[in-house]
Amino acid sequence: SGPNSPHAALPPQRAPGPAPWEYQDVSEPHQNPPKRRATGRCPAGPCSGTGPVSVTGPRSAPGAPGTGHGMDQSPELEPSQESEGAEPQEVDERGHGPYQPHEPGYGLEQPGYNPYEDEIPDPQARMLAIKNAKAYLLKTSTKSGLNLYDHFANILTKILDEQPPNTVDIIENISKDVKWAQFRKKMDTLRDEPLIPPTFEAAQKCKALFVKEGGEEEHEGVEEEMGRPALPNVMEAAFYFEQAGIGLNKDESYYIFLALKNLIRVQPIQTCRFWGKILGLEMNYIIAEVQLREGEEEEETEEREETIAEGEKETGEAGEEEEKKEAEPPKSTYKPPPPIPKEPNGTGTNKYVYFVCNEPGKPWVKLPPVTPAQIVCARKIKKFFTGWLDAPVVSFPPFPGKEANYLRAQIARISAGTHVSPTGFYQFGDEEEEEEEGGGDTYEENAEFEPPPVAEMVESLATWAHHVKGILKQGRCVWINPVQKSEENDEEDEEEEEEEEEEQQEEKGPPLLTLISEDEDIPAWTTQASTNLIPEYSVAILRSNRWPGAYAFASRGKFENIYFGWGHKYSPESYTPELPPPAEVEFPSAPEITETVDPSVEEEMAFKMAQEEALAEGEEEEDEEEEDD
Amino acid sequence: MLALAEQVKGRFQGDPSFEYNLAEMNAEAAASLIQSGKEPVMKEEARLTATIELIDRAVGIVPRGAFVKTPLGTVHENRHFEGLSLAEAKKLSSYFHFTDPVNLKNKTLLEKADLDPSTDFLDSLEHDIPRGSWSIQLEKAGTVVVLRSLLWLGLTFYHVPMTKQFGYIYFGTGEKNLDLPFML
Repeated sequence: SGPNSPHAALPPQRAPGPAPWEYQDVSEPHQNPPKRRATGRCPAGPCSGTGPVSVTGPRSAPGAPGTGHGMDQSPELEPSQESEGAEPQEVDERGHGPYQPHEPGYGLEQPGYNPYEDEIPDPQARMLAIKNAKAYLLKTSTKSGLNLYDHFANILTKILDEQPPNTVDIIENISKDVKWAQFRKKMDTLRDEPLIPPTFEAAQKCKALFVKEGGEEEHEGVEEEMGRPALPNVMEAAFYFEQAGIGLNKDESYYIFLALKNLIRVQPIQTCRFWGKILGLEMNYIIAEVQLREGEEEEETEEREETIAEGEKETGEAGEEEEKKEAEPPKSTYKPPPPIPKEPNGTGTNKYVYFVCNEPGKPWVKLPPVTPAQIVCARKIKKFFTGWLDAPVVSFPPFPGKEANYLRAQIARISAGTHVSPTGFYQFGDEEEEEEEGGGDTYEENAEFEPPPVAEMVESLATWAHHVKGILKQGRCVWINPVQKSEENDEEDEEEEEEEEEEQQEEKGPPLLTLISEDEDIPAWTTQASTNLIPEYSVAILRSNRWPGAYAFASRGKFENIYFGWGHKYSPESYTPELPPPAEVEFPSAPEITETVDPSVEEEMAFKMAQEEALAEGEEEEDEEEEDD
Repeated sequence: MLALAEQVKGRFQGDPSFEYNLAEMNAEAAASLIQSGKEPVMKEEARLTATIELIDRAVGIVPRGAFVKTPLGTVHENRHFEGLSLAEAKKLSSYFHFTDPVNLKNKTLLEKADLDPSTDFLDSLEHDIPRGSWSIQLEKAGTVVVLRSLLWLGLTFYHVPMTKQFGYIYFGTGEKNLDLPFML
């Protein structure tokens, strides 16, 4: 039988088909003589399982195991062996069957272990070495379950896929990354709770902005309002500001747009404007300037007045109770200067109501109206905003309020200082200005306004005018004499004294709608055209130097103001905090309270003597007088 | 020149050839300049260059791991930098000043033992004086971390976590915020 013996049942460790060395044998110079045929015969006695010992008898001595692997097999014995031997027949030109592990010939037919190895050419040895090395590489690590072979394969795959430059310098990192990637996959045995990334949560909040309300109701509402729609076109303003390189990115502008739409839906708002963004340490503020419809404002003021009246009554009662007590230490006659009343809502600094939120999507918070005391104090301090409206403002002089109040005060100052419009856009409603109030407070749009060309707006500052009243030193837009408050006091004496002592001069601020060319100091404004290359579409941009971050643009009748910044005024000198007030003056020393040295004994005696002499003289005189009478 | 430029106060004019009169600000420097035969003025372009250098040195920052130092001492960009993780990105200690370190040698030996000499060879922002002179915020739904310097108002640094993108830019008046301690 030839190599393809029908009885050839290969041992499990061999690949089906002719064993590899058979092909090699064809190419080898040292080929075993082709006479060899497959036999299942074992030369040695105990090699077979089913006692073919007798079979081997005629060939070799039964007790001579391992007497060489007789290369010569007598062909005539094959059939008998093949039929008898339950051992798998195998194509083995070296002529021996598969050796069982207990046999001494076991493993010897593997290349490299053959005792005739010196006759075997080098590629065999190399093959063996390769196989050894591969087996070593395939050894699985007891710690991690990986093996080096697969790891290298993965590294090389990754490198060949990505082909990074200078790979040899970053090879360790690549190796680390591949290992890292391996582990990630293997952790999926138990499903982890999917970690909600913060982006998802933020997106949820923003999703609320994108909800569209019931369509019919909105349409009706819009038709009823004949005037200008309340919602400002934030995107349009953003476009113009973008020409100057100012503004937020489109996504944020659009979110703000939607947030303003929500605000209008929730609150009764007449007009609304995106005022700007103030940066803070932990969070930022987005601010909307709003005018509420008239009915709403009145309700709030009434509530406030009631609470104030109640407060006064309580203090009054407490005062009476105190007076009834006896033996009180002398009360101080110091009366603090009366607080300057804040301006009523709808006028002056409180003309607009401001709503803030930290991010579009978060609920809008209404800022309380600002009081003159807050503005006066805000002028003296310079603090960063943290982003939390209820954070305390720690400063000297102590700020009367929390961060919400400080924010409101700064907004008021910035508005008063930097809100401008092209001259003539607004005009006074009535031509007769009331001088008492320092100029009309109301203005309206000039229907016949013709916008001057952009070039002119850039060159001359006279084409711009403030449309917000400036804030006086007192902290209000309209000066009020604090003395008037003293009329409520019962004691008239004090009234007279106060009038004499406090001579406050009536403060006059610049009237409304002054041209900004009259601003003093370092040039308060810097003008710029958005582009010199395309003058017909350029936009006039105004940058404030006093409040860095305040911008205004004007283009053919459209204009807008905006603020992006930290919320502080610019001063060329460094900020110096206010010094603490001087120490109180002591009671003036007068002779009647100056201490004198106690008289010594001699002085006392002398004084006594003198007194007695005087008495004696007096008595003598009286005696004389009596005698005279 | 840097020290001289630091003393010049006020806004930039916008004209590179504008000359600042040094006699008012720093008499000694003016005198020394006069002696050497030059006029006691400083040109705005010099002031501008100096200001840029000052800003870079004081508040130019990079994330940790973006640059590596080789054993030979040279510093290279780490092309295998994959970005900071979200948790790391919120901490000030993961950002370094990109200038010669000043504070490193002052660290205790224990702290130094934890450092990795190839990536931790620069000053971190944690120990900046005054404390709190950086504002760190997450913007755009938490995908971008933005650091703003309060010492040089207008310096903004951005980084997108888990990516290679980072950078800083300055938009401002070019003046140091010396009122910082009062404002915090």
